[in-house]
Amino acid sequence: MATVETRGLTKQFGDGPPAVDGIDLASKDGEFLVLLGPSGCGKTTLLRMIGGLETPTAGDVLIGGRVVTGLPPRARKIAMVFQSYALYPHLTVYNNIAFPLKAQGVAKDEQRRKVEWASSLLGIEMLLHRKPRQLSGGQRQRVALARALVRDPTVFLLDEPLSNLDAQRRASARDELQRFQRNIGTTTIYVTHDQVEAMGMGDRIAVIEHGRVRQVGTPREIYDEPADTFVATFLGSPPMNLVPQNGLLLGFRPEHLVPAADSGNGAGDAAGFPFTVHREEYLGSERLLYGEIGETKAVARFPVTSPVVAEPGRTHDFAVARQHLKIFDAQSGLRTRGTA
Amino acid sequence: MSTAAQAPRTPTVVRGGEPEIAEGGRYLLDRQRLLGPLLLLPAVVYILALVGIPFVVAILYSFSDVTVGDQSIDWVGLKNFRDVIRNHTFQIALRNTFVFAIVSQVIVIILANILAQVLAADFHGKRVVRYLILLPWTTPIALSAIGWLWLLDNIYSPVDAVLRELHLLGPGTLWGPTRNMHWLAKPDLAQLSVLTVHVWRTLPLTTVILLAGLTSIPQDINDAAEIDGASYWRKLFYIRLPLLVPIAAVAVLYGIVFTFTDMTVVYILTGGGPVDRTQVLASWAFYKGIGGSNLSQGAAIALFLFPVLVGVAALMLRLARRTETS
Repeated sequence: MATVETRGLTKQFGDGPPAVDGIDLASKDGEFLVLLGPSGCGKTTLLRMIGGLETPTAGDVLIGGRVVTGLPPRARKIAMVFQSYALYPHLTVYNNIAFPLKAQGVAKDEQRRKVEWASSLLGIEMLLHRKPRQLSGGQRQRVALARALVRDPTVFLLDEPLSNLDAQRRASARDELQRFQRNIGTTTIYVTHDQVEAMGMGDRIAVIEHGRVRQVGTPREIYDEPADTFVATFLGSPPMNLVPQNGLLLGFRPEHLVPAADSGNGAGDAAGFPFTVHREEYLGSERLLYGEIGETKAVARFPVTSPVVAEPGRTHDFAVARQHLKIFDAQSGLRTRGTA
Repeated sequence: MSTAAQAPRTPTVVRGGEPEIAEGGRYLLDRQRLLGPLLLLPAVVYILALVGIPFVVAILYSFSDVTVGDQSIDWVGLKNFRDVIRNHTFQIALRNTFVFAIVSQVIVIILANILAQVLAADFHGKRVVRYLILLPWTTPIALSAIGWLWLLDNIYSPVDAVLRELHLLGPGTLWGPTRNMHWLAKPDLAQLSVLTVHVWRTLPLTTVILLAGLTSIPQDINDAAEIDGASYWRKLFYIRLPLLVPIAAVAVLYGIVFTFTDMTVVYILTGGGPVDRTQVLASWAFYKGIGGSNLSQGAAIALFLFPVLVGVAALMLRLARRTETS
């Protein structure tokens, strides 16, 4: 078991802005830490530097408190699962899983024991004699995990391992992967651009944009208390509404925008908004109302069981409870303590 | 098929009065039944005229007594083949053909692998080096063979001059006391020279094929091996080379066909000499059939190449099919 830490980690490819821009990040021991961000935000580059596949332009990587920046990947005791799984196509599943052990010069008997252990843990014992091309996406993913597991890594690095699975398989794989990680208790760093994966699996999430960490926190903190407008609008579907007022941006989640009459605890605790409804979207379990507050587009969300009726084409009195209002500086986009 | 047949008719329906033939003509090339044969035609004509017909003629000649002077085809059965096999030169030529093809390709596959591994790495001036390595392949073989002829000249060879400068050749040196190696005059050295030119000539293509194979190995696979703790040599021998085997096999088969059927190098460099010691089947067939006017024997000699080439072609097709299915 070990922690992973980066100190001022920077990577620059050629000219132009750095792909990773001075990131300080520390995992806790045994934690499932998710790096979340849009494509091209630098999250994969960050992961590859932790793994030793990219050399940082500046800064340090520490694993278990030891600086490993100059060490090759094989000296870092890490395991990595790639988006493509990167199984060796010419080797059987058995030899794929045994490859790291062979590279370390582990004795044959021990190799066999470990491969059997890992493959039974992941339920792929019956596939050991197949070649990767004879496996389904989900099976390949398990083989890749088994290959990562056999070498008792101190850290798992996972690079979008679920993105090659179909939607149905992904949901169950998410569940399996998280239980698997809880089971073995190894510190895991998981890269994804999918907020559902991040929210559902991560102990903590680091939201990354343009090579910088915008916020680190539990899924609840990230969702409820976003540090800036990027985090506020990147998480949540539909994203947080941002309404400009007196040089500030008032942010609130669609589920918190409700008719003024329903906002409850008296007028003093709620901010009122005139909401012009344009159209309603029925999504089975919920309804979305699309419209405008002033000149700004906004969305309200209700469970289908809610009796709220808001006729399209009219302006209605809606409100948001004060505790749900997040206030951001209009220029910097950062959260402020100011009041509206 | 049904959609292809309907496509040309639709516009006439829309536009009403226009004649159907004009519309049909516009979409003529959309008809696969017409376009397919049309595109294949040049290749079929080419193969028939330059491979098929000469091949049938060669078989006819080999069972007859045709010469340049008397072109009437009279059946003589297997006489030509019997005469050829009994000839001492045939055994030398047969042996040389195999030795040149196999030895040169063994050397080429080893050197090409090393070169490809080097060229796959990132370094300054990589493009220039790649270009230079490809050059021998772009030179017409007749020209480059003449270049080698000069390089290996019995008296004025620059190679000998370099050896003399290095004090390896000349009176009182390792290979002395002569001042020349006589590359093309001594049987062993002449064979070595032919072999060298074959290696020099096929190395670029094989290198490029292997390089393409190397760069097609996904970066993730290399990264995974790196993470899994493989050293450079383990990666090379357990990951990269095994993944290269299918494409390397194609390169080797090509090289074998090229060297096996080539007569230019021998013809220009040694003329088959000294005393037929570098003769190969292709060159000997030429000397017998065209030089010696004995067309029927020349044809019989050339036909000995056939079974080997059929085998190689079958192997190639099998490899191609296997890569298609995997």
